[in-house]
Amino acid sequence: DSDEGSEELVLTPAQLIRSLEQAWLNEKFAPELLESKPEIIECVVEQLDHMEANLKRAKKGDLKVSVHRMEIERIRYVLSSYLRCRLVKIEKFFPHVLEKEKSRAEGEPSILSPEEFAFAKEYMANTETYLKNVALKHMPPNLQKVSLLKSVPKPNLDSFVFLRVLERQENILVEPETDEQREYTIDLEEGSQHLIRYKTIAPLVASGAVQLI
Amino acid sequence: RQALEEMRALYERNQADVSEAKSGRTDLIFLIRFRHCCLLRNQRCVLAYLYDRLLRIRALRWEYGSVLPNTIQFHMSAEEVEWFNRYKKSLATYMRSVGGEEGLDLTQDIKPPKSLYIEVRCLKDYGEFEIDDGTTILLKKNSQHFLPRWKCEQLIRQGVLEHILS
Repeated sequence: DSDEGSEELVLTPAQLIRSLEQAWLNEKFAPELLESKPEIIECVVEQLDHMEANLKRAKKGDLKVSVHRMEIERIRYVLSSYLRCRLVKIEKFFPHVLEKEKSRAEGEPSILSPEEFAFAKEYMANTETYLKNVALKHMPPNLQKVSLLKSVPKPNLDSFVFLRVLERQENILVEPETDEQREYTIDLEEGSQHLIRYKTIAPLVASGAVQLI
Repeated sequence: RQALEEMRALYERNQADVSEAKSGRTDLIFLIRFRHCCLLRNQRCVLAYLYDRLLRIRALRWEYGSVLPNTIQFHMSAEEVEWFNRYKKSLATYMRSVGGEEGLDLTQDIKPPKSLYIEVRCLKDYGEFEIDDGTTILLKKNSQHFLPRWKCEQLIRQGVLEHILS
């Protein structure tokens, strides 16, 4: 199965599942919505269909069937959990997510798949219409508009996350938390684990240099 | 369902809030600034309350499925039911677009699979049920079976089977 990313890599099923698991864990522990990974999702779905088809052809009562079945269940769970996690974040931060996507520069990767984008827009329209019809239009004229962008809380990028370093990084700038501290730089050794503010290492998660745990 | 009762009572009070928001505007000129702050606060409270209800209703879709029990629907306003229906549709469209031909039902597989086969008890008379190796099982009320997990999930959601956790 070939990966339809810009690198045109061919991943083995094992590598594909590992990519899925990495994306899943990152998404789970990151406070904001991460880049969408349509290639991984597409390949995993294809893989699952493939495995299901194989199972249907296999001899009944064959021991391998149980093991493969379990494998399918596990992979499907990870995929569902990953997509659910994203949906939860989309719904939670919907005005910000849509704003970010709208103001995205040409070459920048998308945080929403086209389907997620449609879902987010529908969610926003649905909620806006509801609030308008139930409350806002009954309010005095100067209060009938409300900015959801300002009212809905933003993701907290200062929250702390655990990570494992996959590729050595040097001179990462850590900003001070309080006025008494000063900014300093740290080096991240491969294989080391850290507890650090998400904001500091956000680009490293995107590039795959660190893995959230 | 205490939470729903509370929601209903608050809904009544909510109506009072909205009227206050409207009538507050007609007060004396000297108090305009003060009134405006009150109005803004009321607006925030009303919106927060309504939005919180929406979040609970959203949670219902994930917990109960696409058909809500009547007791819950009774506590929802017409607009909330409409919101729920639109949300349901939007979610269904998204799920269909994800998993290949049939789509991927994201409301299943909520917990990681622990075993292949699970012990289930039948809650209602369902009739015959065929499993993969061709055998059929008669699902009668209160009968217990040891069945493949993936076959049961649908029926567990519908309330026909109950997963027995030992």
